[in-house]
Amino acid sequence: MDEGFIDVKGVEKVFEVRKKAGFLKRERRQVRAVDSISFRVARGEMVGYIGPNGAGKSTTIKMLTGILTPSGGRLRVAGIDPSRERTRLAHRIGVVFGQRTTLWWDLPLIDSYKLMHRMYRIPDGRYRENLDRLVELLDLSELLDVPVRQLSLGQRMRGDIAAALLHDPEVLYLDEPTIGLDVISKAKVREFLRELNAERGTTVLLTTHDLQDIEQLCSRVMVIDHGRMMYDGPLAGLHEAGESERTLVVDLERELPPIEAPAPARVVRVEGPRQWLAFPASESAAPLVARIAAEYPLVDLSVREPDIEAVIAKMYVEQTEKTANAGNAGNAGKAVS
Amino acid sequence: MADTSRVVDGLRAYRMITAMWIRSTMAYRASFFMTTLGNLTATTFDFVAILLMFSRVDELGGYSLPQVAFLYGLSSTAFGLADLALGSMENLGRRVRDGTLDTLLVRPAPVLAQMGADQFGLRRLGRITQGLAVLIYALATVDIDWTPLKLLLMPVILVSGAGIFGAVFIAGAAFQFVAKDASEVQNAFTYGGTTMLQYPPTVFATELVRGVTFVLPLAFVNWLPATYVLGMPIPLGLPEWVAFLPPLVAVGCCALAGMAWRAGLRSYQSTGN
Repeated sequence: MDEGFIDVKGVEKVFEVRKKAGFLKRERRQVRAVDSISFRVARGEMVGYIGPNGAGKSTTIKMLTGILTPSGGRLRVAGIDPSRERTRLAHRIGVVFGQRTTLWWDLPLIDSYKLMHRMYRIPDGRYRENLDRLVELLDLSELLDVPVRQLSLGQRMRGDIAAALLHDPEVLYLDEPTIGLDVISKAKVREFLRELNAERGTTVLLTTHDLQDIEQLCSRVMVIDHGRMMYDGPLAGLHEAGESERTLVVDLERELPPIEAPAPARVVRVEGPRQWLAFPASESAAPLVARIAAEYPLVDLSVREPDIEAVIAKMYVEQTEKTANAGNAGNAGKAVS
Repeated sequence: MADTSRVVDGLRAYRMITAMWIRSTMAYRASFFMTTLGNLTATTFDFVAILLMFSRVDELGGYSLPQVAFLYGLSSTAFGLADLALGSMENLGRRVRDGTLDTLLVRPAPVLAQMGADQFGLRRLGRITQGLAVLIYALATVDIDWTPLKLLLMPVILVSGAGIFGAVFIAGAAFQFVAKDASEVQNAFTYGGTTMLQYPPTVFATELVRGVTFVLPLAFVNWLPATYVLGMPIPLGLPEWVAFLPPLVAVGCCALAGMAWRAGLRSYQSTGN
C-alpha cells in the first residue's frame, strides 16, 4: 500500500490563547499544540501514541476524528478529510474517550446499543451478530439490563468499547482506555483489543499513560512532546533512543558493600541489605542476575521497568540540545511569538 | 439536495435522542411529575402578578385584563414550544467547557440536532400548559371581531412565534461557542423577551419597541399580529399587513441563526476549548 490508511503529512494546529493583561486588555499568544507532525498507519496496525500531558496527543486525535480542523498540513483517514466530511467519516471510525462515557446514564446498557443501531443505520443482521460477539468477548451479558450509572468503571469502559464497535469501524481510537481501571479490568480490555486487531484487522490507535498497554498491545509506538514527534518505531527502540535503564532490585542476606557488577550495569543505591542496580533497558537481565546469584548470598530480586515519562523527558532534553547545537536558538516548539 | 438530507438526518437524530431522554426521565417518574408541577406552578405565579396588578387598575397601557391575557397566552405558549424543543441549547457552554461536545462531533448526525435534543425536558410541558390555559381564558373573555382571516392567523402566530424564539435559542447557543459562559446573556433575550411580550407594547418606551421590531424582531411573536387581531392600534403606527409577516420573519430568523450556528461550530473546530 503506497498510501497509509491514516495519512498525516506536516499537520499542525495553532491555538490562539487570550490572556488577561489588565482590566479589559487581552494579550494574544499563539500556542503550537501540534507542530508539523507526519506519520502513516497501515490498515490493521496497532499503534500506541504516548506523551506527557499537554503534549498534543488529544489534539492529534481530535484532528483525526474531525473534531478539530488542522491549521496546516494534510490529513486523511480512509481517504477522507476528517474535518470536511465529519459525518461520513463517523461511520468508519470508532472513538472511545476514557474519561467521558457516551452511554446513557439512567438507562440499561442495551438501550445505548439500540440507539447506536439506529443512529448508525446498522443492518439488523449485522447489528445482532456484532452485539452477540461483543457481549461475549467483553463479558457483558450480565450487564445489558443494568442502568449504566450502576456499572463499575471497568464495566462501563467495556460497555463504551462495545458501543464504539457496533458499526464495524475500520479504525478505533482509544483515549486512555485503561485509566483508572483495576488490574483485572485492564487485562480484559487488553485481551479484547488484541483479539479485535487479530481477528477483524481493525486498525487501533491508542493514547495512554500506561507503558504496559503499549508493551502488551502495540508493535509500534509514537511519542509526541511539545507538539513534535519525538520517536516513531518499535517499543524496544524507544528504550534505546531514550537510553533508558531498567532497575534490578536485589535483596541480599545481609548488608554488604555495593555489588561489583559488570559495566554498564552499576549500583545506584544501597539501603541495608537491599541494593538497586541500573542496566540498559535494551539488554537482558539474565546474565546479570546469574552473575549476582553466583557470587552473592541472594534472597530475592525484582526488575523494574523504566518509567515512560522519564524516557520521554530524557529524549526531550537530548532533542533540545541537538536543535540548540544546530543553531536553532533552542526553540523546541511550544510558545511562538 | 445535500442540505435536505441533512435536515432529514437532523430530525431523525433529534427524534431518537429525545426519545432516549424521555425514557431517562421516566426512570424517575415521581421526580418528573414534581418538576412538571413545579414548572406549571412557577409560571402560574407569573400570571398571578398580572392579576394582582389588575385588582388595582382597570387597564394597563390601554389594554384590559382579557387583552393582556391574550398577549400573555400567545407569548407564553410560543415561548414554551420553543423552550420545549430547543431550551437545552443553553447547555452548550457547559458542554464546550467540560469537553463533552466532542462526543457529539464523532457521531454521524448534525451537532445542532444532537444539541437541541440534549437533556430534552418534558417537564417544560408545564409552561405550555400554563400558556395555553391563559390563552383559553383570554379567548373566552376577550372581545374580538372574529373574521376567518383572524382565525386562520391564530395558529400561524403560535408557530411563527415558536420559530422566532427557537432562532434566539440557536443564535444564543452559537454565541456561547465564542463566549463560553454567556448563557445568562441568552436568558436575557429568551426569558426576558417573553416576559416583556406578556405586557402591552404601549407600556414600553418607543425606542425599545422599535428595537424589538427592527433589530431583534421579537415584536412579531405577538405584539404586531395580536394588536391586529384585537383591533388595537398597531405599534409604531405600522400598517396592518405587518400582522401577516411573522412566518417570513421566523424563517428569516431561523436562517440567520443557522448561519450563526455554523460559524460558531466552525470556530469551535478551529480553536478547540
